[in-house]
Amino acid sequence: MQVKYNDFVIRFANVNGSGSASANGMFAKALFRMGIPVATRNIFPSNIQGLPTWFEVRVSEQGYLGRREGVDIMVAMNAETLVEDVASVSPGGYLLYDNSKPLAKTLRRDDVNEIGIPIATMMLPEFADPKQRSLFKNITYLGALAGLLNIEFDVITGMVATQYKGKDALIAPNIHALELGRNYALQYLQAPLPLQVRRSDAVGDRIMMDGNDAAGLGAVYGGATVCAWYPITPSTSVAESFENHANRLRVDETSGKKKFAIIQVEDELAAIGVVIGAAWNGARAFTATSGPGISLMSEFLGLAYFAEIPAVVWDIQRSGPSTGMPTRTQQGDLIGAAYASHGDTKHPLLFPATPKECFDFATAALDLADRAQTPILVMSDLELGMNDNLSEPLQWDDAVRYDRGKVLDSEALENSEVFGRYLDVDGDGIGYRTLPGTHPDKGAFFTRGTSRDEFAAYTESPEAYERNMQRLELKWQTIRGLVPAAEIDDQKRRVGVLFFGTTALPMPEALDLLHADGIALDSCRVRAFPFGAEVEAFVQEHDLIFVVEQNRDAQMRTLLINELQTAPAKLVPVLYYAGLSISADTIHQQINEYFTANKLSRISEVQS
Amino acid sequence: MTFVAKPKVHHPNLPLNELGLTRRDYEGSVSTLCAGCGHDSVSAAIVQACAELSLPPHRFAKVSGIGCSSKTPSYFLNKSHGFNSVHGRMPSVMTGANLANRELLGIGVSGDGDSASIGLGQFAHIVRRRINMLYLVDNNGTYGLTKGQFSATNDKGSTSKKGAPNLYEPIDLVSMALQIGATFVARSFSGDKTQLVPLIKAALKHKGMAFIDVISPCVAFNNHNGSTKSYEFVREHTQELVNADLIMTHPEVTVDYAEGSREDVSMPDGSTLRLHKLDADYDAHDRVGALNYVQRSQEQGEVVTGLLYVDPDPVECHDIMDTVDQPLNELNEAQLCPGSAALADINASYR
Repeated sequence: MQVKYNDFVIRFANVNGSGSASANGMFAKALFRMGIPVATRNIFPSNIQGLPTWFEVRVSEQGYLGRREGVDIMVAMNAETLVEDVASVSPGGYLLYDNSKPLAKTLRRDDVNEIGIPIATMMLPEFADPKQRSLFKNITYLGALAGLLNIEFDVITGMVATQYKGKDALIAPNIHALELGRNYALQYLQAPLPLQVRRSDAVGDRIMMDGNDAAGLGAVYGGATVCAWYPITPSTSVAESFENHANRLRVDETSGKKKFAIIQVEDELAAIGVVIGAAWNGARAFTATSGPGISLMSEFLGLAYFAEIPAVVWDIQRSGPSTGMPTRTQQGDLIGAAYASHGDTKHPLLFPATPKECFDFATAALDLADRAQTPILVMSDLELGMNDNLSEPLQWDDAVRYDRGKVLDSEALENSEVFGRYLDVDGDGIGYRTLPGTHPDKGAFFTRGTSRDEFAAYTESPEAYERNMQRLELKWQTIRGLVPAAEIDDQKRRVGVLFFGTTALPMPEALDLLHADGIALDSCRVRAFPFGAEVEAFVQEHDLIFVVEQNRDAQMRTLLINELQTAPAKLVPVLYYAGLSISADTIHQQINEYFTANKLSRISEVQS
Repeated sequence: MTFVAKPKVHHPNLPLNELGLTRRDYEGSVSTLCAGCGHDSVSAAIVQACAELSLPPHRFAKVSGIGCSSKTPSYFLNKSHGFNSVHGRMPSVMTGANLANRELLGIGVSGDGDSASIGLGQFAHIVRRRINMLYLVDNNGTYGLTKGQFSATNDKGSTSKKGAPNLYEPIDLVSMALQIGATFVARSFSGDKTQLVPLIKAALKHKGMAFIDVISPCVAFNNHNGSTKSYEFVREHTQELVNADLIMTHPEVTVDYAEGSREDVSMPDGSTLRLHKLDADYDAHDRVGALNYVQRSQEQGEVVTGLLYVDPDPVECHDIMDTVDQPLNELNEAQLCPGSAALADINASYR
């Protein structure tokens, strides 16, 4: 028997609200703890109970974390979706199902291996309570998978013990259910399968965390003291994470009081208003939202741009337009966020790709907002924010100080002759600001969304207005040098690929697949907007660049054309926007087809 | 319109307050509102109240929305920072400012369009959050800057300058504030400085959400016959209820006040709030009673002014949130950042 190790996609089809998430999560965590790289994807409905939900685990010894097309093992536990679930199994794959009721003849496939386990029947004599029967079904199939795939059993039982610590009465029945499943597999099925897992050291010191959790923790580390938010999927867990971590890490030891304020407000308008008010008054403040929230915040974002007030907004993107598919991922808010609000307005964007980068960018965004005195939008998405991702461990350098930007304190004001809030003293377009209440006589000014002169006095003078707008443009140029630089692999090839955020996840695999087809590409992972000089050079120095993104209208491509005056013809869109995360296969296929259609030369041809 | 610097020449005989400052030190720039605008009287009352309380003129956070009323923070307390934000959103900006620095005195100025229409939601929610501030509405029942459209506080049946009647029910911000958690609720009239100044002083000393609705006639668009917010109408229909007078523990600022029954309320800072009961039955500590009284008077066409309700033991948002005493904007890295040592354990918890 030819055994394939640590390389498959398993998908669990469940009904939401049935307690499957915990069992499925344990499956992924067990593999992770065996040192095997895994990537999890929760494909869930906008609903609390009763609708179909899927959980997908990509298992890859090579460390490929992007989504891969095709399902090798389907754990079909939802009768309602059985037809499509059976159809989605790759030829030669496995279908694990509850054969307490026989599988309909019409559903059977010759090219799929059926693994029937009478789970419901097995539960009857074991658990008296119908609710327990339903819950332990999930644990039973987890036990069966342990036997079928050769998962180290003590890793799973150890996790049960940790998970139910303090609720010891739950440990024994859970372990019993695990054993029921495993014993059935070993006794009645051909276990283990030719598709197996085995202990590896490919995970290294990496952690498994979701991006929203990392963002909330990062905001604690980055010194945020005010968080205002309004619940919206998939961003809610950013604020929840901030609160959870701050409740542990930000409490004054002597008084027991909180060194932070978090407030769930009445809507997204209020959320950004609170952030702007707090930042105006010198606190580091942030909010988290998704596309519809950005739409609502637009007026305030324009105010903060024009009045030059720091603010940090996390946009955990989901599928739009409008309510769209609120529990599906997308990178569709780029243009809306970059140019949010009326008039000549633009905002820096950061594009994290991993939980560690969410953690790092939380501080980077707060620093940048203070330094540039403008709103910073961090463009994560559901894929990164709500799924457990393998990530480098989080790091913090205790020597690094927060960058609070140009703020004049009382002493500085005392020693200054002239204070003009919007005077460009340093020639970088960024003025010096003062915080309310700093000095008895100096430094007070009036912040407004109306036009004003260098001394913050209201004016409708055409010259003063134009000077101000030009200074804001100069500041924009300064920001280009302040944002995180792109990660570039430039081997001086003629063709490159540009991507950002979660599109980075499938990219190593896509590049390997392309290379096997004789296509070698330079790569540029953009990490911020406005684009730095390194992105501009990358775009200029390549004849052709594939721009890979997860939206219909190629929004990153539009930003590149708009901001770098790039010839549109040399930027080829590679798009996926159907709500799942983009797969390596999609990228591979689209770029390969372009090469074929346009008769572009491949490596072997060049070399020969 | 240009910025006009006001000459800072002090009259030699201007009285000095405890800080050695005169009223001029609490003023702002020259108003650009119409001559005779009620809002200017309100600004003057704020100046007088702050000067008489000897509050440091740079320790305020002045926040407003959009509209005539929202321009006024320019016209008082020039030594403090001001923020003229976006329409109807003063409450959220003020909430943020207050969370960042609980020590500054928050004065939020809004209008009836700003608070009762576009910003009704934000008004309601800042009141229920009980932010420690003075929330003052210059209420003229009209949209002045866009030239005289009805606002939501305009009484049904009252007419616009062109004679068209208002067909819709009015929103009473005082009743709403009473209902949803304000711990200090008052109404006054911009032309009645003897009542307004003590109310503002009491509100500034109140540790919690203090709301004052000030009927402030619009001389340009809502001061005609048929308007229920004209100088003439309000003077004729005012029913003065309870006068608040703040008596500081310092003897030199003690003021004796009008006749009638009195009740002294101890304020958290040690000062005393004295209520002048013009109506013997009125109890300014009865929130539900106040709501009834306001509604009943309104039905009879009367504008009740005075201190309608004060909670002698108010709570404010920072108490509810249990935040540290030190302003959050003063906390340094050592106080804020858990550091690399804690992160090692955190990483381990994600394996």
